[in-house]
Amino acid sequence: MSDFYLLWRNLFRRKLRTFLMILAIFVAFVIYGVLGSINYAFEHGVDSSADNRLVVVNKITFIQPLPYAYVGKIAAIKGVKNVTFANWFGGYYQDARNQIGTFAVDPESYLRIYRDDLRIDPAQRDAFIHDRTSMVVGEAIATKYGWKVGDRIPINSNIFTNKANGSHTWELTVAGIAYAAKESFNTSFIIFQYENFNESKTFGKDTVGWITLETDSAAVNDTVAATIDDLFANSTAETNTQSEKAFGKAFLAQLGNIALIITLVVGAAFATILMIVGNTMVMAVRERTKEIAVLKTLGFPSWRIWRQVLGESVLLALLGGLPGLAVAGLLVMVLSKGASGAIPGLALTLPVAGLGVAFMLLLGVVTGFLPAWNALRLNIVTALGRL
Amino acid sequence: MTGQTLIHLQDVSKRFVKGRDTITIFDHLGLTIPAGDFVAVMGPSGSGKTTLLNLLGGIDQPTGGSITFDGGRVDTLTEGQLARWRAHNVGFIFQFYNLMPTLTAARNVELPLLLTSFGRAERKRRVEAALSLVGLAERANHYPREMSGGQQQRVAIARALISDPKLLLCDEPTGDLDRTTADEILSMLRLLNQEMGKTIVMVTHDPEAAKYARRTLHLDKGRFTERELVA
Repeated sequence: MSDFYLLWRNLFRRKLRTFLMILAIFVAFVIYGVLGSINYAFEHGVDSSADNRLVVVNKITFIQPLPYAYVGKIAAIKGVKNVTFANWFGGYYQDARNQIGTFAVDPESYLRIYRDDLRIDPAQRDAFIHDRTSMVVGEAIATKYGWKVGDRIPINSNIFTNKANGSHTWELTVAGIAYAAKESFNTSFIIFQYENFNESKTFGKDTVGWITLETDSAAVNDTVAATIDDLFANSTAETNTQSEKAFGKAFLAQLGNIALIITLVVGAAFATILMIVGNTMVMAVRERTKEIAVLKTLGFPSWRIWRQVLGESVLLALLGGLPGLAVAGLLVMVLSKGASGAIPGLALTLPVAGLGVAFMLLLGVVTGFLPAWNALRLNIVTALGRL
Repeated sequence: MTGQTLIHLQDVSKRFVKGRDTITIFDHLGLTIPAGDFVAVMGPSGSGKTTLLNLLGGIDQPTGGSITFDGGRVDTLTEGQLARWRAHNVGFIFQFYNLMPTLTAARNVELPLLLTSFGRAERKRRVEAALSLVGLAERANHYPREMSGGQQQRVAIARALISDPKLLLCDEPTGDLDRTTADEILSMLRLLNQEMGKTIVMVTHDPEAAKYARRTLHLDKGRFTERELVA
């Protein structure tokens, strides 16, 4: 017999109660693991943006367009290495629920700026540049719908009308499949030729959604950004130039403050189990007051009993938390496959799992501290009613 | 077969503060218990019997005076030192046995050995010997709830004996048992005193139980009123 054996026997003295506590902790850590992984994937995806890339958007809001003419003016600014642009298309496939991030772009400059993020076969790249009705499909989308190079796919827009046929549909040929060069890069997208789009759309001609540029180095970002915004100050379309990271975060913020939502949900789950487990631990140890007094009478030092009670709550947190994290890992894996790369890099990563284990230890210490402290200070004479 | 002084209480006072009142349990109490003695302490409720046992066992400290055990002061020890002293020198037997309900008889008996450096094999050997001594070798793997009151008290005796203490403190050890079982337990205590030389201090309300002791001390309002020797 060891102290751990005593601890184990005490923990499972009331099996149903312990099982329910483990279940509560388990559920909380499944929630934490899944939401924490999603949050991490979002944050990490944005963080992977290059440091020397800036995005120019309309100062009013980034959904307001910018004149196409800005592209050339920005390219002429000192410190700007490459410039491209994109236009949000509001694309979907067959059903409006099958939304796809679809962008009308200038193929050559777009692929040049994202050369380190995307991997595409050179022949397919050339085909995309030379065929005005073609598109490049991200790996996640190609896999999801089973599209191959050469397929002609009708892509619908929930914003624009095609002048050529009066519908919302553009029929595009798959010229190539783009793969992520970095794990965190989202391949759930379609890019097609801006020229084709600009000619066939019924409104907003010669405008672009936003302009992306590459500076000579991150050190000149602020100067370049200030120069651009100054250049278009007092015009009909004033600009706001920011880093791509900031732009990515603003874009994600459209969905709501994901980090805040996740923090609130996880926080609520933890606060609940903290109260449940904390209260139950206090009761469980109070039930054993006499036994603790007997142990002290037999000569067990107070610190050893303190360690046992604290160990009990930490073990409880680990018994619920570790399987919870494991199941969260499996769920995230399933979710990642189901989402077809919509959230790139979605996995239960080491930092998320590590933080989870730290939370378990913290939960164990916090819930066990009060009962352990009570056990430490327990007076034998009072506890045994021996006055 | 009593010998040198094992316990000596000199001018021991014990007071409790309850609200605004100070309750005096003992005031300049003196007592000497030689090694190998078997003392029964009797007296009405509130006379201080249990407090005396608490002081002798080092689970409570006197307000004044000194307590000496085997030549060393006990009343000046810190809480941690007292815990170690109890583990080595005192075995406790309670009225309601106070066994751990989650542990088998063998594990209950083994508990005090967790405070020693004995290895697993030695602990097992000692537990078997202690349980055999109290006639419960075959109940080693039974839980307290599966045993009668008398059997549980025998397990408690085995637990008290396992670390071979010089002093056994018994608080109404037969208070929860029928006469026949009580006699069995008391005979066992007398045997431990006579054959193993254990010094025993037993608090009891039962005059029949007191007859098993070598002598009986009557305590009333914190003072010994009468000392009676038993043959």
